[in-house]
Amino acid sequence: MVDSPNTGIPAPHQISLTDRSPAIARRKRKDVLLQGLGLVAISIAFAVMFLLFASLIRTGHTAFVQTHITLDVFIDPAEVPVENLPRGGFQNVVTNAMIAKLPSVDDDSERRAVQQILSNGAQFYVRDRVVADPSLIGQTISITVPASDAFDQLHKGSINRDTPEALRRVNDQAVGWWDELVDAGAISKPLNFSLITNADSRFPELAGLRGALVGSFWALLICFIIAFPAGIGAAIYLEEFAPKNKVSDFIEVNINNLAAVPSVVFGLLALAVFLNYLGMPRSAPFVGGLTLALMTMPTIIIATRAALKAVPPSIREAALGVGASKQQVVFQHVLPLAMPGILTGTIIGLAQALGETAPLLLIGMNAFITSAASSPFEAATALPTQIFIWADSPERGFVSRTSAAILVLLTFLIFMNGIAIYMRSKFERRW
Amino acid sequence: MILLAFIILFVAAAIGYVMNIRAAQAIRDGGATLHSLVGFHGMFSALVVLVPVFILILVWIALADPLIQRLVAASLPEGTFDGLGTGAIQLIMAEINSLASGRVFGTPEPWKIEAAERLVGYSRTADIALVIVVVIAVAALIAFARRTVTAEFRARQGSEGIILRLMGFCAIFAIFVTVAIVFALAYETSKFFSMVPITEFLFGLNWEPQIPIRADQIAAEGAFGAIPVFLGTFVIASVALIIAIPIGLMTAIYLNEFASRRARSVIKPFLEILSGVPTIVYGFFAILVVAPWLRSTGATLGLDVASNTALAAGGVMGIMLIPFISSFADDALAAVPQSLRDGALALGATRSETMLNVLFPAAIPGIVGGVLLAVSRAIGETMIVVMAAGLIARMTINPLDSVTAVTVQIVTLLIGDTAFDNPKTLSAFALGMMLFIITLGINVLALRIVRKYREIYD
Repeated sequence: MVDSPNTGIPAPHQISLTDRSPAIARRKRKDVLLQGLGLVAISIAFAVMFLLFASLIRTGHTAFVQTHITLDVFIDPAEVPVENLPRGGFQNVVTNAMIAKLPSVDDDSERRAVQQILSNGAQFYVRDRVVADPSLIGQTISITVPASDAFDQLHKGSINRDTPEALRRVNDQAVGWWDELVDAGAISKPLNFSLITNADSRFPELAGLRGALVGSFWALLICFIIAFPAGIGAAIYLEEFAPKNKVSDFIEVNINNLAAVPSVVFGLLALAVFLNYLGMPRSAPFVGGLTLALMTMPTIIIATRAALKAVPPSIREAALGVGASKQQVVFQHVLPLAMPGILTGTIIGLAQALGETAPLLLIGMNAFITSAASSPFEAATALPTQIFIWADSPERGFVSRTSAAILVLLTFLIFMNGIAIYMRSKFERRW
Repeated sequence: MILLAFIILFVAAAIGYVMNIRAAQAIRDGGATLHSLVGFHGMFSALVVLVPVFILILVWIALADPLIQRLVAASLPEGTFDGLGTGAIQLIMAEINSLASGRVFGTPEPWKIEAAERLVGYSRTADIALVIVVVIAVAALIAFARRTVTAEFRARQGSEGIILRLMGFCAIFAIFVTVAIVFALAYETSKFFSMVPITEFLFGLNWEPQIPIRADQIAAEGAFGAIPVFLGTFVIASVALIIAIPIGLMTAIYLNEFASRRARSVIKPFLEILSGVPTIVYGFFAILVVAPWLRSTGATLGLDVASNTALAAGGVMGIMLIPFISSFADDALAAVPQSLRDGALALGATRSETMLNVLFPAAIPGIVGGVLLAVSRAIGETMIVVMAAGLIARMTINPLDSVTAVTVQIVTLLIGDTAFDNPKTLSAFALGMMLFIITLGINVLALRIVRKYREIYD
């Protein structure tokens, strides 16, 4: 930047590639700054994702095991007469077995407190065994039953023994009994299969996902049956047959918009039309599947059109050249070649539908239902709505159940997306 | 019975298929030259049977039950419904329906039992009528299709025409869905506005959607001013976008300009995972981790943070939107022609200068389109706010406060049993209508911008 002294004409600016002038350094710094900001942004996203999964696993992993108590239950004929089955004093039978395990317990005054250690469902485990084999009456059987939520939490360490007794859900006496049981080797912590095999329950230690899994299965099946053929049909028409005019344009704009309509609006549609006007059953997976189909169809249409577009024109021309009709070209040549792409898009659409919650809430799939639906017309919950119910429940045990249910849902989603990615890499051809 | 009707239909279609194939083969074996291949004759028959009868059964299912209900309601003794609200009428009909399906509670009045018996009778008649109609229809259609089989018949054109129309119908179905949404929302909304003046809904500053249980109750009138609800959505969406836009854009810039091929192959799938996480999971994350953390941080800083602060819902929603914005911005940047990038670099611009002064401005329309779509998603997002935001509508823009959102109100108003006769339920539809109009407007604008921009470089 130095003017030449004699002429007053500025000298040509001298820049070399190795120049270290402050201007260049400043520009380079900006480069580094921008790159750094980008890295920071990505790190934030990574960190949050890590936090998300870490917190789910931290709270959820305890629900994959369940604290059980092994008892020697004497089936007292006085409490359980054969002729009264399946009714009988099973609660007393089980509580007696508990008291027998705990020599320090005073039978009369502390009976209720001891009963609290066992799950409310423990008596039904015994009942089912006895009903299946009435000859057990009068004998002593060894049976393993779940502990109640409070003691489950205590055993898993979620309840801190150092907190003052008044603020704790279990008092010192009960903790003492529990330690006696642990010392006697009566406590076990097996894998919690009832998380998958039980249906919903008011008691966290008995609640499972069976009803929700079955409901989600029915809803997704209905969704697939409707959205897959209809979506492919629409896509083929738009991509291969539709005349290029205003109507086709309008349809296309419409489908793109439909893909971006908030899901809760589809719920409103389902509530007003399917339930209120057409009188379809509330809470039924059939209605849920129908609603999800409306939402999934645009996704499938868009994916199918992209897959059809990727098939090179030479295939079509060759088939037309040997005398195939236009539909024969599409159904016998183009569609099979586009199928991997279509299926990939469909699976991704179904994965989205599996995680969809809001429309299912509006059609009542958040009901409390303690049995799995045997047809798509029976009331049921779905995985995401079950998560919603559990997340709203006040019991401590439901926090870990909720996280565990989310982990189950995410496993399904990762599995489905994994299949989609695998198919894309394995079968998709590039021309 | 409906299942039986479907089974009859499919069996009939198969019969028609086989019959026509046999007939066509006979003609061919007789030495004549068929215009269409044998298979097309079979296909024509199957389609001629399948399509109309399938539609017939669906229409029947849709109309029969409401019609029967109306018939039964009309046949009740004179004056049963006099002076009753729709809720009470629905209750009576529900009782009759449960009587008809065999669930009896207590001792119902004789006229209800009569009505239930009539209901059972009507539905049985309707079921039998359906099967008879289906049988007659398929028989007639098979006969018609069978008569078409001649050497000259253009069966290929016939069946391809039907298939083409079916596919065209599938495409138009998308318009039906939109129209159904608009009509359903508009119908319930108009009912709402006949009870609550539209000006109160649009300009009212008070949202207390309740209905009086007794007529003389204090504060019996609910207030239906939607402004605080929309303000809440605005606050939460703003928090979300303040987080999502910078992080999303920086991620896209890094991916596009600085990341190596290997880094891209790690970061891209990771962002896809992030965008595939269902929103209910984010909602649970907000109440499990983010809200307690914000509260305790606020306490140490001496700030009063509500337990369901807008920051928690908005912040988590922002995380959800990061992959959405970054993928749109990435696509927009990648679509800028290589020549622009090369030109800038050749003039001696650094990579950041190329990005900020050349590529980014060129990609602005696509990026704006993506951001607008993100705005529409933030407004319509439901589960995160249902779980993490508040229920009470407040006129505040302080993100530390608890605010509610449009979608939260829709869901809470409609969860549980709903009667379509009171402003409380119907107000949810009015909110839904507003939500639909706003998001539709934003989407149309965004898609137009994205589309137009693509045309420039294509």
